[in-house]
Amino acid sequence: MAKNWWKILSVLLLIYTLIAGFLMAVPRLVIVNETVRALYFHVPMWFGMVVMFLVSTIYAVKYLKTPTVKYDILSVEFANTGLVFGLLGIFTGMIWANYTWGSPWHGDPKQNAAAIALLVYLAYFVLRGSVDNQEQRSRLSAVYNIFAFAAMIPLIFIIPRMTSSMHPGNGGNPGFNTYDLDSRMRMVFYPAVVGWILLGIWIATLRIRMRKAEEQILEIEDYA
Amino acid sequence: MRKYLLLVFLTLSSLATQAQQEVEMADTMRSEGKIYVVVAILCLILFGLIGYLALLDRKVSKLEKRLSEKK
Repeated sequence: MAKNWWKILSVLLLIYTLIAGFLMAVPRLVIVNETVRALYFHVPMWFGMVVMFLVSTIYAVKYLKTPTVKYDILSVEFANTGLVFGLLGIFTGMIWANYTWGSPWHGDPKQNAAAIALLVYLAYFVLRGSVDNQEQRSRLSAVYNIFAFAAMIPLIFIIPRMTSSMHPGNGGNPGFNTYDLDSRMRMVFYPAVVGWILLGIWIATLRIRMRKAEEQILEIEDYA
Repeated sequence: MRKYLLLVFLTLSSLATQAQQEVEMADTMRSEGKIYVVVAILCLILFGLIGYLALLDRKVSKLEKRLSEKK
């Protein structure tokens, strides 16, 4: 139980997010109205994705330094979870855009760049699927993983800010300012981010443990 | 000239009405307490999914235990 405190923390933070996210006061803004509450769910998906991909890249580098199956499994499964978060982020964004911008796909630089970033990561799984040799697959995909992360950061955080974008926090003004996010919303938003990230790590670790068990079974079978 | 004056007047008056207008929020839904229904449903779904995840976690732990015994 002592080892699992962060899982409990994640659940508590998510319950708080749901309750405070819907019941606490939010700024009364035109166009977005009540949908501003979607911020507690849509934005943490992207934060989660970036964290998962960062961890994935760290293990890709570790794999290249010392090639062991363990690092490869960690790298893949964090990328897997990151992709799920990214897809949820882009689809929740489409629902929100349909309401506030008028159409689900607006061709906004932020949307386009996010879609490209996800495609870059999808190619990672295509690459893995297309190489039979396990060592080769691990090494090639680890190298590609570093490239994918290096492409994702400017695509999501830099390019949309250099052009005009309707997405809040873009088009010249970096990050959240007082207009986008007031102190009442921060009280829910930051715990929400931590809660969702911890949930992502929980799901990723479960997948990793299953993959490791699978590897052990294969070892035992080889031995017998 | 008159046309421009009219234009300026109309813009100003429309701005004034916009400022007076309250931003529409789900105030009625809140005052009727129906927002609690939404929160209750979402909490239940969250509990269900988290509970399922916890069960999976336990299952994997058992599997790991069996594997370590076999080694």
